[in-house]
Amino acid sequence: MSVLALEIGWGWMLAFKALVILLIVPLGALVLGYTFLLKMMSHMQSRLGPMDPGGFHGWFQLVGDGLKFLQKEDIIPEDADRRVFAFAPVIVVISTFLMFVVIPIGPVAVVANLDVGVFYALAVSSLSVIGVLMAGWSSANKFALMGALRAAGQLIAYELPLLLAVVGVVMQAGTMSLQGIVSAQQNGSIFGWSGIGNPFIFTQIIGFLLFMIAAQAELSQTPFDMPVAESELVAGYMVEYSGFRFLFFFIGEFGTATAFAALAATLFLGGWSLPGVHGLSAELLGPLVLFVKLMGVAFLMFWVRFTYPRLREDQLQAIAWKFLIPIALANIIVTAIIKVAF
Amino acid sequence: MTQFYRNYLAVAVFAVAALGMVGAMLGVGRLVRPNRPQPEKYIAYEAGSDPIRGFGQSNVRYYVYALLFVMFDVEAVFIFPWAINLEALGVSALISMIVFILVLTLGLVYAWRKGVLRWA
Repeated sequence: MSVLALEIGWGWMLAFKALVILLIVPLGALVLGYTFLLKMMSHMQSRLGPMDPGGFHGWFQLVGDGLKFLQKEDIIPEDADRRVFAFAPVIVVISTFLMFVVIPIGPVAVVANLDVGVFYALAVSSLSVIGVLMAGWSSANKFALMGALRAAGQLIAYELPLLLAVVGVVMQAGTMSLQGIVSAQQNGSIFGWSGIGNPFIFTQIIGFLLFMIAAQAELSQTPFDMPVAESELVAGYMVEYSGFRFLFFFIGEFGTATAFAALAATLFLGGWSLPGVHGLSAELLGPLVLFVKLMGVAFLMFWVRFTYPRLREDQLQAIAWKFLIPIALANIIVTAIIKVAF
Repeated sequence: MTQFYRNYLAVAVFAVAALGMVGAMLGVGRLVRPNRPQPEKYIAYEAGSDPIRGFGQSNVRYYVYALLFVMFDVEAVFIFPWAINLEALGVSALISMIVFILVLTLGLVYAWRKGVLRWA
């Protein structure tokens, strides 16, 4: 009987967690889109438009954009492969949702603490490129196809530095579970001083930089935004989409940005843990702490995005293969030697 | 049901829930949005000019990159299990892993020298 009760309790718990995450993803996308894309970009690039609607700092802009998406016609071009065209954005947005399954926001607050946590998150994140390729191919549009092919080439090049940058963290923590990585940082010490634990950003600073650069490319943000380059490909694979399906690409982009920022905060900055906070208060403060760290990381990402010009396609490939991957491999070897020797 | 299966069941449940939510959003969109078909709206957008139907041949340049990607991706799959058990496996595993990584790096250097890492 008690086993049955436990089963039901677990089921309800899962349903509750699923509901929370289903809300978190669009919410995270909106928060990032509002804070950084609309406000920070306006301040940094002197854009007046998004600062105007509604009075104070243009708070109404986001609501207006949302309403606009809601009342757009759903246009499918006549030459398009209708089913593939309609389903492509769904794949992109689902891959974003699935990333959040393993990201912990408190000592027990995680949907599924998978043993292969990091590996799973990165694997699922790269599923979105299937949706992107589907979108580009089915649109029957040259811009869309070029954009999708560029996106695939970019993913192939930057998946590796991303994966190899994480290996250093996995080595130090001795586990791939994100919850394990957080507690390894919380319980660690820097040369015997355990005041703030051991956030891996200190020992894995190279890994952190590689991760951020590769994440920037995975998210196809400037300077790596050739797949959606508006001045050459209009909007790349999104060019034929309108209304809600376009909104899904937007949620996918900014939701994945949230997920990557949360992942970077968890891997390198200690995730939900705050020095000196344990037990119930850690459970309550965890989401807030992670949110603050996440916004810090996202600020870095968007700062780069609003500052640098776009790279050329061949430069993009050269950076990944001739620069990031060799450095990532050297980082793995050095970390391994230090860890085994000491 | 063990914890292991539960975790992956959670992932599956979650995928279904996300699918449901996306479907619900599209359903709401269908109810709200207008629909006024005009033939011009369904022409492919090619920067304002009339679209040229069909596709010519274009060179997808990253065929070799894709091969290299497979090589390094498989390498990553081998590296992760070792990375978790680094200390338990000790010096001999470290040396063999360094040799493994160096051999693969040789492959990258070879491709580099052959000039296949040039996107042109």
